[in-house]
Amino acid sequence: MIKAKEKPLNEVIDMVKDLKKVLIAGCDGCVTVCEAGGAKEAKVLAAALRLFFTQEGKKAEVDETSLTRQCNKDYLQELQDRIDNYDAVVSIACGCGVQFLAEMYPTKIVYPGVDTCFMGVTDERGVYSERCQACGRCILAETGGICPIARCSKRMLNGPCGGSERGKCEINPDVPCGWELIYERLKTLGQLDRFENPVAPKDWLTSRDGGPRKIVREEIQI
Amino acid sequence: MQYPTNIRIIKVPCTGKVDVIHLLTAFEAGADGVFVVGCMEGDCHYVEGNLFAKKRVKRVKAILDKVGIGGQRLEMYNLSAGMGGRFAEVAQEMTERIQELGPSPIRIAKGTAARPTGEVAA
Repeated sequence: MIKAKEKPLNEVIDMVKDLKKVLIAGCDGCVTVCEAGGAKEAKVLAAALRLFFTQEGKKAEVDETSLTRQCNKDYLQELQDRIDNYDAVVSIACGCGVQFLAEMYPTKIVYPGVDTCFMGVTDERGVYSERCQACGRCILAETGGICPIARCSKRMLNGPCGGSERGKCEINPDVPCGWELIYERLKTLGQLDRFENPVAPKDWLTSRDGGPRKIVREEIQI
Repeated sequence: MQYPTNIRIIKVPCTGKVDVIHLLTAFEAGADGVFVVGCMEGDCHYVEGNLFAKKRVKRVKAILDKVGIGGQRLEMYNLSAGMGGRFAEVAQEMTERIQELGPSPIRIAKGTAARPTGEVAA
């Protein structure tokens, strides 16, 4: 899922400090799972901003809500009747949610309340790590289910490089070498012969090199 | 054994139940200070409820600093159920700290700062 982290509170305060009515909009999707932008976090951010405004002697209203998903117009529509009551919305959804909200309500100021970081997994509560860079053409079948694009710091297709030492990456001794992981996994699977045939150069057009991407599936369109 | 009468005790089954939003709500409602009293570290009936509370208190202190209320208005203490005397002491200690700091900026802004009060979650 998409992983995000809360923006520093002073950054959010800077965005809204001159406003009179602010809505904090959480998202019940990915950012709820990583505890950065769900209903609970919306309540906390709204309470913190209310405390800020009150102690500054400013009369401002801060409300909060949380939508099932901000990356879906059906749910964003739920704000239609009330969004005009606010000077701005602080969306604590991922960057997709913030943008879709702004697209849906073109005259409304929308601020981001989280920093969207990556697509990853929950190693344990409060610890998340990257697993996929959405390159658009999955090669996990060839690399033992471990992605060299996401897990190798150089995104090498044929590794490891000379910077791999005792299973760690040269960028940081806490970062496992992606290709070491791939090697060990292929060894366990009895597929080390894969290293005899180098992986062919990748077509990066399906990644960001081809510009903003889009999926159209006519068979499920209504 | 006596402790200051301006403290309102809010009972919770375990300090692990005290969430960030509860502490912020107390300040929004006009508490001048809040102290969370949990069991001794390592003695939590629910194993680590008081350790969760400790982290949340730390987080809320940081929030209070950033919004201009001041993190020193919030504190956590760890006492056992048999330490009534120590409870009275920390209640006194916290009351003195809050009286020194004066009314919460929230109450000053709302014009309700006639009489300082404290809140405690135990």
